[in-house]
Amino acid sequence: MSLLNVRGLTKLYDGVRAVAEVSLDIPQGEVRALIGPNGAGKTTLVGMIAGRITPDAGQVVLAGQDITRLPAHRRTRLGMAYTFQITSVFARLPVAENVALAARPHMPRADVPGAVQAALARVGLTDPSARAGDLSYGHQRLLEIAMGIVQAPRLLILDEPTQGLSEGEIDGFKALVCDLAAQTTILLIEHNMDVVMALADRVTVLNAGEVLMTGTPAEVRADPGVQSAYLGAP
Amino acid sequence: MSGAARITLLHGGLIAALLALHFVLPVYHHGNMARIMVLASYAVGYNIVFGYTGLLSLGHALFFAAGMYGMGLAVQHLGMGPGAALAIGVAAGALIAGALGLLALRTTGVAFMIVTLMFAQAGYLAILYFGDWTRGDEGFVIARASRVLWGIDLSDPGNRYLAAWALFSAALLASLWLVRAPFGRSLIAIRENEARTVMLGYDTFRLKWAAMVVSGTISGAAGAAYALLFGYAGASFAAVEYSILPLLWVLLGGAGTVLGPFVGTLFMFYLIDLSSGITTAYMLIAGVVLVLLTLFAPQGLMGELRRRFWGWLP
Repeated sequence: MSLLNVRGLTKLYDGVRAVAEVSLDIPQGEVRALIGPNGAGKTTLVGMIAGRITPDAGQVVLAGQDITRLPAHRRTRLGMAYTFQITSVFARLPVAENVALAARPHMPRADVPGAVQAALARVGLTDPSARAGDLSYGHQRLLEIAMGIVQAPRLLILDEPTQGLSEGEIDGFKALVCDLAAQTTILLIEHNMDVVMALADRVTVLNAGEVLMTGTPAEVRADPGVQSAYLGAP
Repeated sequence: MSGAARITLLHGGLIAALLALHFVLPVYHHGNMARIMVLASYAVGYNIVFGYTGLLSLGHALFFAAGMYGMGLAVQHLGMGPGAALAIGVAAGALIAGALGLLALRTTGVAFMIVTLMFAQAGYLAILYFGDWTRGDEGFVIARASRVLWGIDLSDPGNRYLAAWALFSAALLASLWLVRAPFGRSLIAIRENEARTVMLGYDTFRLKWAAMVVSGTISGAAGAAYALLFGYAGASFAAVEYSILPLLWVLLGGAGTVLGPFVGTLFMFYLIDLSSGITTAYMLIAGVVLVLLTLFAPQGLMGELRRRFWGWLP
């Protein structure tokens, strides 16, 4: 069964179609990567799925429930967690409080401390009392992910999670996502093709606001249309 | 010592010290301190919205005046007892903050400042316009007989001090409890990064509205208590000056600290008091001190203390 159905999502900016009638089906348990050149409409599409951007047309269905008209915070409560492209942790608050803020809307109050501890252990952050803003960039990204997974989401949306990470950190991230994939469905917006190839069950390629193709990583890599979209027409 | 113990000790210590001062302060400072505690309660209310939620309201005089006139008019024209009138004052503060919040929170940033300022000005002008009841600028005195609450004569300086102390203690403890509870934590999250807070599943409009109502209730309580304790209600308390003052007190004392509103109110009150003893151009001295403080302690006195020494300060 599909966890997320997107039907004909469209967004116009001043008459220009940033996203044009995009449809997606993400089955339960899949790691789906969303790729495409800059300006392909990835961020707009994900913004509409998460409820940050209002679509001009189309429908978003999560686990059979039409959520197109729900505000972002209600979608989050239905089990859709979103980690930001630009790290936006609460820089002046402690690490543990960042994760606790993410946890509180999703569980009884007594469960929060345990869940926070578990999420921090999962991503490997060891100093819960440090100020989030004092963490290294890589650790702030890990904190973002901890804030996502503590919500125990049905759908975890990771927007460019490896941007700005070192090689070593990317390897750690890959291991973490492999581990998470056993429990949750993941929508991964990613530029780094190594990461996409290693993690994704299937890949959707977006170009000029439209779905170019959806397939396994190998199929996508072999597709001449994808190559020309990325490299320019031969 | 654990964080919670330190916090209890510090805030409980202030409350205990203020009670002890009742027995030792000379008459002049005793009277000042009663006034400072009522005004600091107002600042505590303001701090919920400004310091913790990050909403710069320029219209809080409306809530203070709602409390003051809710109480004063109920005594003056409805012949109510002080207890019921006090409750009406507090309710008026809450109600008006709730209504204003529904409108003003549709805006953000500068627009929010302007909308709150305009509504407060409208409230001020309404008080002047309905001068037959409110006696406008001149205001009205609340008779001594109407200031006896539960058999306690609040026009007596001793009783007045203790009533102001009770009000301030309640406001301080409520604010301390609030900002450490999940509700207060979510307000801080809104202040730090609202877009992020939405994406964690918080209905930030509802939370900001609730913060407005809590803030309006405390501000209204302070206004009603002011009328009850000092026996006077006047339009000057609804003027823009009384929207700016709590902002100033909170900024000086430390926005987003529980003790900041009190420290700022105390500091500002005695700054003006002492400098007016030196020269009639006392605002010159006060102004210079304020500029220096803004330069060297931009987070306010308690904010600076937290930054340098006491990271655990709520």
